[in-house]
Amino acid sequence: MSPAEIRDEIIDILGDIAPDENLDELVDEVSFRDQLELDSMDFLDIVMELRKRHRVQIPEEDYGNLASMQSTVTYLEPKMRDIVKA
Amino acid sequence: MYDTIIIGGGMSGLAAGIRLALFDQRVCILERHYTIGGLNSFYRMGGRDYDVGLHAMTNFSRKGTKRGPLAKLIRQLRFKWEDFPLAEQIGSSIRFPGIQLDFGNDIELLQDEIAREFPGSIDGFQRLCASLLDYDDLDGDDSRFTRSARAVLDELIPDPLLREMLLCPLMWYGNAREDDMDFGQFCIMFRACYLEGFARPFKGVRLILKNLVRKFRGLGGELKLRSGVARIHVDNGHAVGVVLDDGTEIAGKRILSSAGTVETLRLCDDITEVDVARAGRLSFIESISILDTQPQQIGFDRTIVFYNDSETFHWRMPEDSLCDARTGVICSPNNYRYTAGDGVLPDGVIRITTLANHDRWCGLPDPKYRAEKVAQYEAAVHSAVRFMPDFRRHTIDTDIFTPKTIRRFTWHDNGAVYGAPDKQLDGTTHLDNLFLCGTDQGFVGIVGAILSGISMANRHCLATDG
Repeated sequence: MSPAEIRDEIIDILGDIAPDENLDELVDEVSFRDQLELDSMDFLDIVMELRKRHRVQIPEEDYGNLASMQSTVTYLEPKMRDIVKA
Repeated sequence: MYDTIIIGGGMSGLAAGIRLALFDQRVCILERHYTIGGLNSFYRMGGRDYDVGLHAMTNFSRKGTKRGPLAKLIRQLRFKWEDFPLAEQIGSSIRFPGIQLDFGNDIELLQDEIAREFPGSIDGFQRLCASLLDYDDLDGDDSRFTRSARAVLDELIPDPLLREMLLCPLMWYGNAREDDMDFGQFCIMFRACYLEGFARPFKGVRLILKNLVRKFRGLGGELKLRSGVARIHVDNGHAVGVVLDDGTEIAGKRILSSAGTVETLRLCDDITEVDVARAGRLSFIESISILDTQPQQIGFDRTIVFYNDSETFHWRMPEDSLCDARTGVICSPNNYRYTAGDGVLPDGVIRITTLANHDRWCGLPDPKYRAEKVAQYEAAVHSAVRFMPDFRRHTIDTDIFTPKTIRRFTWHDNGAVYGAPDKQLDGTTHLDNLFLCGTDQGFVGIVGAILSGISMANRHCLATDG
Protein backbone atom coordinates (compact mmCIF):
# COMPACT_ATOMS: atom_id res chain seq x y z
CA MET A 1 0.00 0.00 0.00
CA SER A 2 1.12 3.52 -0.74
CA PRO A 3 0.95 6.19 1.96
CA ALA A 4 -2.19 7.56 0.27
CA GLU A 5 -3.82 4.12 0.36
CA ILE A 6 -2.89 3.67 4.00
CA ARG A 7 -4.48 7.02 4.72
CA ASP A 8 -7.68 5.91 2.96
CA GLU A 9 -7.70 2.73 5.01
CA ILE A 10 -7.36 4.66 8.29
CA ILE A 11 -10.19 6.97 7.23
CA ASP A 12 -12.32 3.90 6.59
CA ILE A 13 -11.50 2.51 10.05
CA LEU A 14 -12.25 5.86 11.71
CA GLY A 15 -15.57 5.90 9.86
CA ASP A 16 -16.45 2.60 11.54
CA ILE A 17 -15.35 3.77 14.98
CA ALA A 18 -16.87 7.24 14.84
CA PRO A 19 -19.64 7.19 12.22
CA ASP A 20 -20.97 10.60 13.20
CA GLU A 21 -17.73 12.43 12.42
CA ASN A 22 -17.11 14.38 9.24
CA LEU A 23 -13.74 12.95 8.26
CA ASP A 24 -13.41 15.07 5.10
CA GLU A 25 -12.17 17.92 7.24
CA LEU A 26 -9.61 15.89 9.17
CA VAL A 27 -6.29 17.74 9.50
CA ASP A 28 -3.47 15.22 9.22
CA GLU A 29 -1.05 17.07 11.48
CA VAL A 30 -3.49 17.54 14.39
CA SER A 31 -4.02 14.70 16.90
CA PHE A 32 -7.06 12.44 16.57
CA ARG A 33 -7.71 13.00 20.26
CA ASP A 34 -8.19 16.75 19.80
CA GLN A 35 -10.19 16.55 16.58
CA LEU A 36 -12.37 13.51 17.18
CA GLU A 37 -12.28 13.17 20.96
CA LEU A 38 -10.92 9.66 20.57
CA ASP A 39 -9.93 8.00 23.84
CA SER A 40 -7.81 4.97 24.68
CA MET A 41 -10.69 2.60 23.89
CA ASP A 42 -10.92 4.07 20.39
CA PHE A 43 -7.18 3.77 19.81
CA LEU A 44 -7.40 0.11 20.73
CA ASP A 45 -10.02 -0.19 18.00
CA ILE A 46 -7.67 1.25 15.37
CA VAL A 47 -5.07 -1.32 16.40
CA MET A 48 -7.60 -4.16 16.42
CA GLU A 49 -9.06 -3.21 13.05
CA LEU A 50 -5.58 -3.13 11.45
CA ARG A 51 -4.88 -6.55 12.89
CA LYS A 52 -8.23 -7.91 11.71
CA ARG A 53 -8.07 -6.46 8.22
CA HIS A 54 -4.37 -6.71 7.38
CA ARG A 55 -2.74 -8.89 10.06
CA VAL A 56 -0.65 -5.86 11.04
CA GLN A 57 0.62 -6.27 14.60
CA ILE A 58 1.18 -3.13 16.64
CA PRO A 59 2.83 -3.67 20.02
CA GLU A 60 1.39 -1.68 22.91
CA GLU A 61 4.56 0.39 23.33
CA ASP A 62 4.07 1.72 19.78
CA TYR A 63 0.51 3.03 20.32
CA GLY A 64 1.90 6.55 20.69
CA ASN A 65 2.69 6.54 16.97
CA LEU A 66 -1.03 6.58 16.24
CA ALA A 67 -1.57 10.07 17.65
CA SER A 68 -2.33 11.84 14.37
CA MET A 69 -2.99 10.80 10.78
CA GLN A 70 0.46 11.97 9.74
CA SER A 71 2.30 10.00 12.43
CA THR A 72 0.10 6.95 11.84
CA VAL A 73 0.82 6.81 8.11
CA THR A 74 4.56 7.33 8.71
CA TYR A 75 4.57 4.53 11.27
CA LEU A 76 2.53 2.08 9.18
CA GLU A 77 4.23 2.68 5.85
CA PRO A 78 7.05 0.11 6.35
CA LYS A 79 4.61 -2.37 7.93
CA MET A 80 2.03 -2.12 5.13
CA ARG A 81 4.25 -1.49 2.12
CA ASP A 82 3.91 -5.06 0.87
CA ILE A 83 0.17 -5.35 1.43
CA VAL A 84 -1.83 -5.21 -1.79
CA LYS A 85 -4.90 -3.05 -1.54
CA ALA A 86 -7.99 -5.18 -1.98
CA MET B 1 -11.33 -24.50 22.04
CA TYR B 2 -12.80 -21.04 22.57
CA ASP B 3 -10.65 -17.92 22.70
CA THR B 4 -12.87 -16.64 25.52
CA ILE B 5 -15.63 -18.25 27.58
CA ILE B 6 -17.99 -15.73 29.18
CA ILE B 7 -19.97 -16.73 32.25
CA GLY B 8 -23.34 -14.99 32.39
CA GLY B 9 -25.63 -13.62 29.68
CA GLY B 10 -26.51 -10.33 31.34
CA MET B 11 -25.70 -6.85 30.07
CA SER B 12 -21.97 -7.07 30.81
CA GLY B 13 -21.45 -10.57 29.39
CA LEU B 14 -23.31 -9.73 26.18
CA ALA B 15 -21.36 -6.49 25.73
CA ALA B 16 -18.04 -8.26 26.29
CA GLY B 17 -19.10 -10.95 23.85
CA ILE B 18 -19.82 -8.37 21.14
CA ARG B 19 -16.40 -6.77 21.57
CA LEU B 20 -14.62 -10.10 21.23
CA ALA B 21 -16.72 -11.39 18.34
CA LEU B 22 -16.18 -8.07 16.58
CA PHE B 23 -12.50 -8.93 16.35
CA ASP B 24 -13.02 -12.51 15.26
CA GLN B 25 -12.53 -14.30 18.55
CA ARG B 26 -14.31 -17.61 19.06
CA VAL B 27 -16.47 -16.70 22.00
CA CYS B 28 -19.21 -18.46 23.92
CA ILE B 29 -21.56 -17.00 26.52
CA LEU B 30 -22.87 -19.49 29.08
CA GLU B 31 -26.10 -18.57 30.86
CA ARG B 32 -27.59 -20.73 33.59
CA HIS B 33 -31.10 -19.37 33.21
CA TYR B 34 -33.45 -20.08 30.32
CA THR B 35 -33.34 -16.44 29.28
CA ILE B 36 -30.83 -13.62 28.97
CA GLY B 37 -30.52 -10.41 30.93
CA GLY B 38 -29.74 -11.56 34.45
CA LEU B 39 -31.15 -8.90 36.71
CA ASN B 40 -32.37 -6.85 33.77
CA SER B 41 -34.91 -9.04 32.09
CA PHE B 42 -38.50 -9.17 30.97
CA TYR B 43 -41.40 -11.57 30.82
CA ARG B 44 -44.96 -11.85 29.63
CA MET B 45 -47.76 -12.86 31.93
CA GLY B 46 -51.54 -12.66 31.54
CA GLY B 47 -51.12 -10.95 28.17
CA ARG B 48 -48.96 -8.16 29.60
CA ASP B 49 -45.28 -7.28 29.19
CA TYR B 50 -43.29 -6.80 32.37
CA ASP B 51 -39.77 -5.44 32.85
CA VAL B 52 -37.50 -6.57 35.66
CA GLY B 53 -34.66 -4.35 36.78
CA LEU B 54 -35.00 -1.37 34.50
CA HIS B 55 -36.71 1.65 36.07
CA ALA B 56 -34.81 4.04 33.91
CA MET B 57 -31.62 4.05 31.96
CA THR B 58 -29.30 6.45 33.74
CA ASN B 59 -26.44 8.25 31.94
CA PHE B 60 -28.77 9.81 29.37
CA SER B 61 -27.18 11.93 26.66
CA ARG B 62 -28.72 13.31 23.52
CA LYS B 63 -28.09 11.83 20.11
CA GLY B 64 -24.73 12.80 18.65
CA THR B 65 -23.04 13.61 21.97
CA LYS B 66 -19.38 12.64 21.71
CA ARG B 67 -18.48 12.22 25.35
CA GLY B 68 -19.95 10.26 28.22
CA PRO B 69 -20.76 6.62 28.89
CA LEU B 70 -23.70 6.26 26.49
CA ALA B 71 -21.73 7.66 23.54
CA LYS B 72 -18.84 5.38 24.43
CA LEU B 73 -20.91 2.22 24.48
CA ILE B 74 -22.61 3.06 21.19
CA ARG B 75 -19.21 3.58 19.57
CA GLN B 76 -17.54 0.57 21.08
CA LEU B 77 -20.34 -1.83 20.18
CA ARG B 78 -20.80 -0.33 16.69
CA PHE B 79 -24.40 0.65 17.30
CA LYS B 80 -26.15 3.68 15.91
CA TRP B 81 -27.94 6.20 18.13
CA GLU B 82 -31.11 5.13 16.31
CA ASP B 83 -30.70 1.61 17.77
CA PHE B 84 -31.49 3.05 21.20
CA PRO B 85 -34.45 5.38 20.76
CA LEU B 86 -34.67 6.82 24.26
CA ALA B 87 -37.52 8.90 25.64
CA GLU B 88 -36.44 11.36 28.33
CA GLN B 89 -38.02 11.41 31.74
CA ILE B 90 -40.79 13.90 32.53
CA GLY B 91 -39.18 14.60 35.88
CA SER B 92 -38.26 12.92 39.14
CA SER B 93 -38.42 13.86 42.78
CA ILE B 94 -36.74 13.25 46.14
CA ARG B 95 -39.42 13.31 48.84
CA PHE B 96 -38.84 13.43 52.58
CA PRO B 97 -41.47 14.43 55.21
CA GLY B 98 -42.74 17.90 54.34
CA ILE B 99 -40.14 18.61 51.66
CA GLN B 100 -39.38 17.66 48.11
CA LEU B 101 -36.67 18.37 45.56
CA ASP B 102 -37.52 17.86 41.89
CA PHE B 103 -34.88 17.06 39.33
CA GLY B 104 -34.70 16.28 35.63
CA ASN B 105 -32.13 15.82 32.88
CA ASP B 106 -30.85 19.36 33.29
CA ILE B 107 -28.96 20.06 36.53
CA GLU B 108 -30.35 23.62 36.67
CA LEU B 109 -33.69 22.38 37.97
CA LEU B 110 -32.07 20.68 40.96
CA GLN B 111 -29.88 23.75 41.59
CA ASP B 112 -32.97 25.98 41.62
CA GLU B 113 -34.78 23.60 43.96
CA ILE B 114 -31.83 23.53 46.38
CA ALA B 115 -31.45 27.32 46.24
CA ARG B 116 -35.13 27.64 47.21
CA GLU B 117 -35.30 24.98 49.95
CA PHE B 118 -31.74 25.14 51.26
CA PRO B 119 -30.38 28.63 50.49
CA GLY B 120 -27.55 28.16 53.00
CA SER B 121 -26.27 25.11 51.14
CA ILE B 122 -26.44 26.17 47.50
CA ASP B 123 -22.83 27.39 47.41
CA GLY B 124 -21.70 24.12 48.92
CA PHE B 125 -23.70 22.22 46.32
CA GLN B 126 -21.95 24.15 43.55
CA ARG B 127 -18.59 23.33 45.11
CA LEU B 128 -19.60 19.68 45.28
CA CYS B 129 -20.44 19.71 41.57
CA ALA B 130 -17.05 21.25 40.82
CA SER B 131 -15.15 18.70 42.90
CA LEU B 132 -16.66 15.55 41.40
CA LEU B 133 -14.17 13.08 40.00
CA ASP B 134 -14.26 12.77 36.23
CA TYR B 135 -14.94 9.41 34.58
CA ASP B 136 -11.29 9.32 33.54
CA ASP B 137 -10.29 9.37 37.22
CA LEU B 138 -12.50 6.45 38.11
CA ASP B 139 -10.22 3.49 37.50
CA GLY B 140 -9.70 3.29 41.25
CA ASP B 141 -6.18 4.74 41.31
CA ASP B 142 -7.27 8.14 42.62
CA SER B 143 -6.93 8.19 46.41
CA ARG B 144 -10.21 10.13 46.68
CA PHE B 145 -12.09 7.19 45.17
CA THR B 146 -12.32 5.29 48.45
CA ARG B 147 -13.02 8.33 50.65
CA SER B 148 -16.30 8.36 52.54
CA ALA B 149 -18.93 10.21 50.50
CA ARG B 150 -20.59 11.22 53.76
CA ALA B 151 -17.34 12.81 54.95
CA VAL B 152 -17.04 14.80 51.72
CA LEU B 153 -20.68 15.93 52.00
CA ASP B 154 -20.18 16.91 55.64
CA GLU B 155 -17.38 19.26 54.56
CA LEU B 156 -19.30 20.87 51.71
CA ILE B 157 -23.03 20.83 52.51
CA PRO B 158 -23.98 22.54 55.81
CA ASP B 159 -27.58 21.26 55.97
CA PRO B 160 -27.78 17.64 57.16
CA LEU B 161 -31.24 17.10 55.61
CA LEU B 162 -29.94 18.06 52.15
CA ARG B 163 -27.06 15.63 52.55
CA GLU B 164 -29.51 12.82 53.25
CA MET B 165 -31.77 13.84 50.38
CA LEU B 166 -28.90 13.95 47.86
CA LEU B 167 -27.63 10.54 48.94
CA CYS B 168 -31.02 8.82 48.76
CA PRO B 169 -31.36 8.40 44.95
CA LEU B 170 -27.66 7.72 44.47
CA MET B 171 -27.57 4.94 47.01
CA TRP B 172 -30.81 3.48 45.68
CA TYR B 173 -29.50 3.36 42.13
CA GLY B 174 -26.07 1.97 42.72
CA ASN B 175 -24.53 1.61 46.16
CA ALA B 176 -23.53 -1.86 47.33
CA ARG B 177 -22.17 -0.58 50.65
CA GLU B 178 -24.43 -0.11 53.66
CA ASP B 179 -24.78 3.31 55.36
CA ASP B 180 -22.03 5.09 53.43
CA MET B 181 -20.72 5.19 49.88
CA ASP B 182 -17.25 5.35 48.31
CA PHE B 183 -16.76 8.89 46.99
CA GLY B 184 -15.78 7.43 43.60
CA GLN B 185 -19.04 5.51 43.40
CA PHE B 186 -20.88 8.63 44.59
CA CYS B 187 -19.37 10.60 41.69
CA ILE B 188 -20.30 7.91 39.16
CA MET B 189 -23.89 7.89 40.41
CA PHE B 190 -24.09 11.70 40.74
CA ARG B 191 -23.11 12.07 37.09
CA ALA B 192 -25.35 9.19 36.00
CA CYS B 193 -28.46 10.47 37.81
CA TYR B 194 -28.20 14.24 38.32
CA LEU B 195 -25.90 15.47 35.54
CA GLU B 196 -26.86 13.04 32.74
CA GLY B 197 -30.28 11.85 33.82
CA PHE B 198 -32.96 9.27 33.07
CA ALA B 199 -34.49 7.93 29.89
CA ARG B 200 -36.23 4.77 28.72
CA PRO B 201 -36.87 3.05 25.41
CA PHE B 202 -40.62 2.82 24.75
CA LYS B 203 -40.28 -0.94 24.42
CA GLY B 204 -38.33 -1.22 27.67
CA VAL B 205 -35.38 -3.41 28.53
CA ARG B 206 -36.27 -6.00 25.90
CA LEU B 207 -35.20 -3.59 23.17
CA ILE B 208 -31.73 -3.24 24.67
CA LEU B 209 -31.30 -6.96 25.23
CA LYS B 210 -32.56 -7.86 21.77
CA ASN B 211 -30.13 -5.38 20.20
CA LEU B 212 -27.23 -6.87 22.13
CA VAL B 213 -28.10 -10.48 21.32
CA ARG B 214 -28.75 -9.79 17.66
CA LYS B 215 -25.42 -8.02 17.33
CA PHE B 216 -23.56 -10.77 19.20
CA ARG B 217 -25.05 -13.60 17.14
CA GLY B 218 -24.66 -11.64 13.92
CA LEU B 219 -20.93 -11.50 14.57
CA GLY B 220 -20.76 -15.27 15.02
CA GLY B 221 -20.91 -15.39 18.82
CA GLU B 222 -22.42 -18.42 20.52
CA LEU B 223 -24.94 -18.08 23.32
CA LYS B 224 -25.87 -21.18 25.31
CA LEU B 225 -28.89 -20.88 27.61
CA ARG B 226 -29.68 -23.38 30.40
CA SER B 227 -25.92 -23.85 30.62
CA GLY B 228 -24.91 -23.17 34.20
CA VAL B 229 -21.22 -23.41 35.00
CA ALA B 230 -20.65 -25.90 37.83
CA ARG B 231 -16.86 -25.60 37.96
CA ILE B 232 -13.94 -23.71 36.51
CA HIS B 233 -11.27 -26.29 35.81
CA VAL B 234 -7.86 -25.09 37.04
CA ASP B 235 -4.56 -26.68 36.10
CA ASN B 236 -1.29 -25.37 37.48
CA GLY B 237 -2.54 -21.89 38.34
CA HIS B 238 -4.26 -21.53 35.00
CA ALA B 239 -7.93 -21.84 34.05
CA VAL B 240 -8.29 -24.38 31.26
CA GLY B 241 -12.06 -24.53 30.85
CA VAL B 242 -15.40 -25.01 32.53
CA VAL B 243 -17.64 -27.91 33.45
CA LEU B 244 -21.36 -27.33 33.03
CA ASP B 245 -24.07 -28.50 35.43
CA ASP B 246 -24.80 -31.44 33.10
CA GLY B 247 -21.14 -32.51 33.04
CA THR B 248 -20.24 -31.11 29.62
CA GLU B 249 -16.66 -29.83 29.49
CA ILE B 250 -15.79 -26.73 27.47
CA ALA B 251 -12.20 -25.63 26.92
CA GLY B 252 -11.15 -22.00 26.62
CA LYS B 253 -7.98 -19.93 26.48
CA ARG B 254 -9.43 -17.51 29.01
CA ILE B 255 -12.58 -16.95 31.05
CA LEU B 256 -14.46 -13.73 31.75
CA SER B 257 -17.01 -14.10 34.53
CA SER B 258 -19.93 -11.87 35.45
CA ALA B 259 -21.00 -14.26 38.22
CA GLY B 260 -19.56 -12.05 40.97
CA THR B 261 -16.25 -12.20 42.85
CA VAL B 262 -17.14 -14.69 45.57
CA GLU B 263 -19.39 -16.68 43.26
CA THR B 264 -16.63 -17.00 40.64
CA LEU B 265 -13.92 -18.00 43.13
CA ARG B 266 -16.23 -20.65 44.53
CA LEU B 267 -16.41 -22.23 41.05
CA CYS B 268 -12.63 -22.60 40.80
CA ASP B 269 -11.57 -26.13 41.66
CA ASP B 270 -8.31 -24.97 43.23
CA ILE B 271 -10.19 -23.06 45.93
CA THR B 272 -11.82 -24.89 48.81
CA GLU B 273 -13.17 -22.00 50.85
CA VAL B 274 -14.23 -18.49 49.94
CA ASP B 275 -14.74 -15.54 52.22
CA VAL B 276 -18.50 -15.15 51.88
CA ALA B 277 -18.42 -12.04 54.04
CA ARG B 278 -17.11 -10.21 50.96
CA ALA B 279 -20.41 -10.66 49.13
CA GLY B 280 -22.91 -7.82 49.13
CA ARG B 281 -26.19 -8.17 51.00
CA LEU B 282 -28.45 -5.36 49.86
CA SER B 283 -31.47 -6.82 48.15
CA PHE B 284 -34.96 -5.64 47.30
CA ILE B 285 -38.54 -6.58 46.80
CA GLU B 286 -40.25 -4.92 43.90
CA SER B 287 -43.92 -4.81 43.08
CA ILE B 288 -45.60 -3.97 39.83
CA SER B 289 -49.14 -2.63 40.02
CA ILE B 290 -51.16 -2.49 36.82
CA LEU B 291 -53.71 0.34 36.91
CA ASP B 292 -57.00 0.76 35.06
CA THR B 293 -55.85 4.27 34.12
CA GLN B 294 -52.70 6.19 33.23
CA PRO B 295 -50.87 7.46 36.35
CA GLN B 296 -51.19 11.06 35.13
CA GLN B 297 -54.99 10.71 35.23
CA ILE B 298 -54.77 10.29 39.00
CA GLY B 299 -52.36 13.19 39.38
CA PHE B 300 -49.04 11.36 39.30
CA ASP B 301 -46.68 12.64 36.63
CA ARG B 302 -43.29 11.83 38.18
CA THR B 303 -40.95 9.40 36.43
CA ILE B 304 -39.17 8.31 39.62
CA VAL B 305 -39.82 9.27 43.23
CA PHE B 306 -37.22 8.43 45.87
CA TYR B 307 -38.86 8.66 49.29
CA ASN B 308 -37.76 8.39 52.87
CA ASP B 309 -40.12 8.85 55.81
CA SER B 310 -37.78 10.55 58.28
CA GLU B 311 -34.97 13.09 58.20
CA THR B 312 -32.38 10.29 58.34
CA PHE B 313 -31.91 8.01 55.37
CA HIS B 314 -31.30 4.40 56.41
CA TRP B 315 -29.47 2.37 53.77
CA ARG B 316 -29.12 -1.03 55.40
CA MET B 317 -30.35 -4.53 54.96
CA PRO B 318 -33.24 -5.04 57.43
CA GLU B 319 -31.90 -7.49 60.03
CA ASP B 320 -35.05 -8.39 61.90
CA SER B 321 -37.75 -8.16 59.27
CA LEU B 322 -38.46 -9.27 55.72
CA CYS B 323 -38.56 -5.71 54.40
CA ASP B 324 -37.88 -2.13 55.36
CA ALA B 325 -40.46 0.14 53.72
CA ARG B 326 -39.30 3.35 55.42
CA THR B 327 -37.55 4.24 52.20
CA GLY B 328 -38.37 3.21 48.67
CA VAL B 329 -38.46 4.02 44.98
CA ILE B 330 -41.65 4.62 43.00
CA CYS B 331 -41.35 4.41 39.24
CA SER B 332 -43.86 4.82 36.46
CA PRO B 333 -42.73 3.76 32.97
CA ASN B 334 -45.68 5.77 31.64
CA ASN B 335 -44.10 9.03 32.70
CA TYR B 336 -41.53 9.49 29.95
CA ARG B 337 -41.72 11.86 26.99
CA TYR B 338 -42.54 9.27 24.33
CA THR B 339 -42.91 10.45 20.75
CA ALA B 340 -46.24 10.60 18.97
CA GLY B 341 -45.02 7.64 16.94
CA ASP B 342 -44.55 5.61 20.11
CA GLY B 343 -48.01 6.38 21.45
CA VAL B 344 -48.78 5.50 25.06
CA LEU B 345 -48.04 2.32 26.99
CA PRO B 346 -51.12 0.06 27.00
CA ASP B 347 -51.40 -0.04 30.80
CA GLY B 348 -50.79 2.33 33.65
CA VAL B 349 -47.93 0.92 35.72
CA ILE B 350 -46.58 1.78 39.17
CA ARG B 351 -43.49 -0.05 40.39
CA ILE B 352 -42.38 0.19 44.01
CA THR B 353 -39.06 -1.06 45.38
CA THR B 354 -38.13 -1.47 49.04
CA LEU B 355 -35.19 -2.98 50.95
CA ALA B 356 -35.43 -6.66 51.84
CA ASN B 357 -33.61 -9.43 53.70
CA HIS B 358 -32.58 -12.30 51.41
CA ASP B 359 -32.10 -14.98 54.07
CA ARG B 360 -35.46 -14.32 55.69
CA TRP B 361 -37.28 -14.50 52.37
CA CYS B 362 -35.49 -17.69 51.35
CA GLY B 363 -36.20 -19.29 54.72
CA LEU B 364 -39.97 -19.01 54.35
CA PRO B 365 -41.86 -22.24 53.66
CA ASP B 366 -43.82 -22.03 50.43
CA PRO B 367 -47.37 -21.11 51.58
CA LYS B 368 -45.93 -18.54 53.96
CA TYR B 369 -43.71 -17.14 51.18
CA ARG B 370 -46.73 -16.53 48.98
CA ALA B 371 -48.71 -14.97 51.82
CA GLU B 372 -45.81 -12.68 52.72
CA LYS B 373 -45.49 -11.51 49.13
CA VAL B 374 -49.04 -10.17 49.40
CA ALA B 375 -48.56 -8.74 52.91
CA GLN B 376 -45.26 -7.03 52.08
CA TYR B 377 -46.71 -5.68 48.84
CA GLU B 378 -49.49 -4.05 50.81
CA ALA B 379 -47.03 -2.64 53.34
CA ALA B 380 -44.83 -1.16 50.61
CA VAL B 381 -47.76 0.46 48.83
CA HIS B 382 -49.14 1.73 52.14
CA SER B 383 -45.77 3.40 52.78
CA ALA B 384 -45.40 4.79 49.26
CA VAL B 385 -48.81 6.44 48.99
CA ARG B 386 -47.73 8.90 51.68
CA PHE B 387 -45.53 10.37 48.94
CA MET B 388 -47.80 10.07 45.88
CA PRO B 389 -51.52 9.95 45.04
CA ASP B 390 -53.24 6.85 46.44
CA PHE B 391 -53.67 4.61 43.40
CA ARG B 392 -54.91 1.50 45.22
CA ARG B 393 -58.52 1.49 44.02
CA HIS B 394 -57.26 1.58 40.39
CA THR B 395 -55.14 -1.56 40.72
CA ILE B 396 -56.27 -4.41 38.44
CA ASP B 397 -53.25 -6.71 38.55
CA THR B 398 -50.03 -7.08 40.51
CA ASP B 399 -46.80 -9.05 40.45
CA ILE B 400 -44.04 -9.10 43.05
CA PHE B 401 -40.47 -10.29 42.97
CA THR B 402 -38.33 -10.89 46.03
CA PRO B 403 -34.64 -11.48 46.85
CA LYS B 404 -35.37 -15.17 46.18
CA THR B 405 -36.39 -14.27 42.63
CA ILE B 406 -33.33 -12.09 42.17
CA ARG B 407 -31.08 -14.89 43.40
CA ARG B 408 -32.71 -17.29 40.91
CA PHE B 409 -32.15 -14.92 37.99
CA THR B 410 -28.66 -13.67 38.87
CA TRP B 411 -27.16 -16.46 40.98
CA HIS B 412 -25.58 -13.71 43.10
CA ASP B 413 -25.10 -14.52 46.78
CA ASN B 414 -27.80 -12.94 48.96
CA GLY B 415 -29.66 -11.74 45.86
CA ALA B 416 -27.32 -8.74 46.10
CA VAL B 417 -28.50 -6.34 43.43
CA TYR B 418 -25.40 -4.16 43.32
CA GLY B 419 -22.91 -6.89 44.17
CA ALA B 420 -20.07 -6.69 46.66
CA PRO B 421 -19.21 -3.43 48.46
CA ASP B 422 -15.52 -3.79 47.55
CA LYS B 423 -15.21 -3.75 43.77
CA GLN B 424 -12.39 -5.41 41.86
CA LEU B 425 -11.87 -2.48 39.52
CA ASP B 426 -9.04 -4.04 37.50
CA GLY B 427 -11.05 -7.25 37.02
CA THR B 428 -8.17 -9.56 37.94
CA THR B 429 -8.35 -12.75 40.03
CA HIS B 430 -5.81 -15.21 41.50
CA LEU B 431 -5.58 -16.86 38.06
CA ASP B 432 -3.77 -15.18 35.17
CA ASN B 433 -6.49 -15.95 32.62
CA LEU B 434 -9.66 -15.61 34.69
CA PHE B 435 -11.19 -12.15 34.85
CA LEU B 436 -14.28 -10.48 36.28
CA CYS B 437 -16.81 -8.19 34.66
CA GLY B 438 -20.22 -6.90 35.69
CA THR B 439 -21.51 -5.76 39.01
CA ASP B 440 -18.53 -6.84 41.15
CA GLN B 441 -15.98 -5.30 38.79
CA GLY B 442 -17.22 -1.75 38.77
CA PHE B 443 -20.00 0.27 37.30
CA VAL B 444 -23.61 -0.74 37.94
CA GLY B 445 -26.86 0.01 36.15
CA ILE B 446 -27.53 -0.89 32.53
CA VAL B 447 -25.06 1.50 30.93
CA GLY B 448 -22.49 0.78 33.65
CA ALA B 449 -22.78 -2.98 33.25
CA ILE B 450 -22.38 -2.73 29.48
CA LEU B 451 -19.29 -0.53 29.92
CA SER B 452 -17.85 -2.99 32.42
CA GLY B 453 -18.12 -5.78 29.85
CA ILE B 454 -16.54 -3.59 27.18
CA SER B 455 -13.62 -2.39 29.28
CA MET B 456 -12.74 -5.80 30.71
CA ALA B 457 -12.95 -7.42 27.26
CA ASN B 458 -10.66 -4.70 25.88
CA ARG B 459 -8.15 -4.87 28.70
CA HIS B 460 -7.85 -8.58 29.32
CA CYS B 461 -9.10 -10.37 26.23
CA LEU B 462 -8.25 -8.14 23.25
CA ALA B 463 -5.20 -6.03 23.98
CA THR B 464 -3.23 -9.08 25.12
CA ASP B 465 -4.43 -11.55 22.49
CA GLY B 466 -1.45 -11.44 20.12
